[in-house]
Amino acid sequence: MKPLTNRAKQVVNKEMTFSEKIYLPAVLGGLKTTMSHFFKKQATVRYPEEVRPFSDVFRGKHVLKRDESGAERCTACGLCAVACPAEAITMVAAERKKGEESLYREEKYAETYEINMLRCIFLRNVRRSLSERSHFPHYRNYPCQLRSFEFHLWKR
Amino acid sequence: MNVDTTYLIIKSLMVLTIFGITLLIATYLTYFERKVAAFLQDRLGPDRAGPFGILQPLADAGKMFFKEDFIPQNSAKSLFILGPGIAMFTALLTGSIIPWGPQITLFGETFDFQIADINVGILFIVGVVSIGVYGIMIGGWASNNKYSLFGAIRASSQMISYELAMGLSIIAIVMMTGSLSLKDIVAQQHGMNWNVFYQPLGFIIFLVSALAECNRAPFDLAECESELIGGYHTEYSSMKLGFFLFAEYINMFISCALISSLYFGGYNYPFMDMVSDPTVQGLIGTAVLFGKIFFFIFLFMWIRWTLPRFRYDQLMHLGWKMLIPLAIANMLVSGAVILFNQ
Repeated sequence: MKPLTNRAKQVVNKEMTFSEKIYLPAVLGGLKTTMSHFFKKQATVRYPEEVRPFSDVFRGKHVLKRDESGAERCTACGLCAVACPAEAITMVAAERKKGEESLYREEKYAETYEINMLRCIFLRNVRRSLSERSHFPHYRNYPCQLRSFEFHLWKR
Repeated sequence: MNVDTTYLIIKSLMVLTIFGITLLIATYLTYFERKVAAFLQDRLGPDRAGPFGILQPLADAGKMFFKEDFIPQNSAKSLFILGPGIAMFTALLTGSIIPWGPQITLFGETFDFQIADINVGILFIVGVVSIGVYGIMIGGWASNNKYSLFGAIRASSQMISYELAMGLSIIAIVMMTGSLSLKDIVAQQHGMNWNVFYQPLGFIIFLVSALAECNRAPFDLAECESELIGGYHTEYSSMKLGFFLFAEYINMFISCALISSLYFGGYNYPFMDMVSDPTVQGLIGTAVLFGKIFFFIFLFMWIRWTLPRFRYDQLMHLGWKMLIPLAIANMLVSGAVILFNQ
């Protein structure tokens, strides 16, 4: 069978040599390996004092956007779901009823608008709003910001 | 003030100093261990309590004291309480015969920087360490918990079998020195005349046995978290648990002191005769001894974070089939060499 990587090793059940039997060379090799880690740079980020550098396109938080009068801007066109490279967005569209004009700007709105947080890669270009009935109700009353986002999740 | 009172006062002070230093070092070994572990794993370790986290052991101790002190209902209560006490007591007792430095002169009197120079020094240490098994055994048995009992049985059988190899490797040293007293053994390794150059095999056997005696990885079968929850101290909480853990660190400190004294010349260092003032020489000697001790403590931790745990049968195999025959051979060869050189 062809191995998947070139790192595959044939297992042999041969007798151990004397130097292998007394373990000490292997133990010293192990000690050398761990000691090499002692002087490496630590991977720890001391979180509240230190913030990991984010990429420019990182947004970090999904925000429901409303227009000046407070109506939802999302028209459930579904373009964001098509555009999303991680396929994280699903939505169900619904029609606006009479009397709901102050809630939704257009005749169509997103009844449910879900972003799979495990799949989402937090791109900047998804400038879409979350529905009022979405699974993230705590974003519901987020103040409208037309163009700019800040990342609120990590920086207060 | 007559001589006896001075002697008594200085000895008492020495006892208190060494008691305090041992406790302090054991406390800070927990911090040191966590830091070394972290650095070996590319982490930082505790750094929240105080600068670089140096107040961490105090915080831990505070936590230990204020935890609920729980005694299981079906345990043997008096033995349950006795267990950690024995462990702690024997751990602290061994520090009394380590020579911490050469002679010092105070108030016109010459003192050894050693609490008691017992003429059976080494034998005393081996004996006291054996009693230390009782602490673990009694604690584990009295808990009335199968995991504790498993841990206790493993610990005691491991310690008993490794004590043999340890004792046999010490015998070679005793034959070379002609004395059981630790003071004589250390004094004979003056300058760079360290025993490790004559007894390299004995040193390796002693080091491995010391690791097993302290229940340190790779021989930490007595408390392997992954199989036995906590081993013999599963049922313990609060400062009783603290005593067990603490006793372990004290044992480690004392073992390292013993390794340094037996094989690495204790307070002796190269070119020590060039320092003319005996007091300065003594102080440097003590500092050198502590340097050696800390090197070995670091080695213990380094080994812990390098090697995986042995399986129980591998442990017994290594102890009985490899270390003991090697130690006997080492003893016989040393004896033959000494005989021919006479």
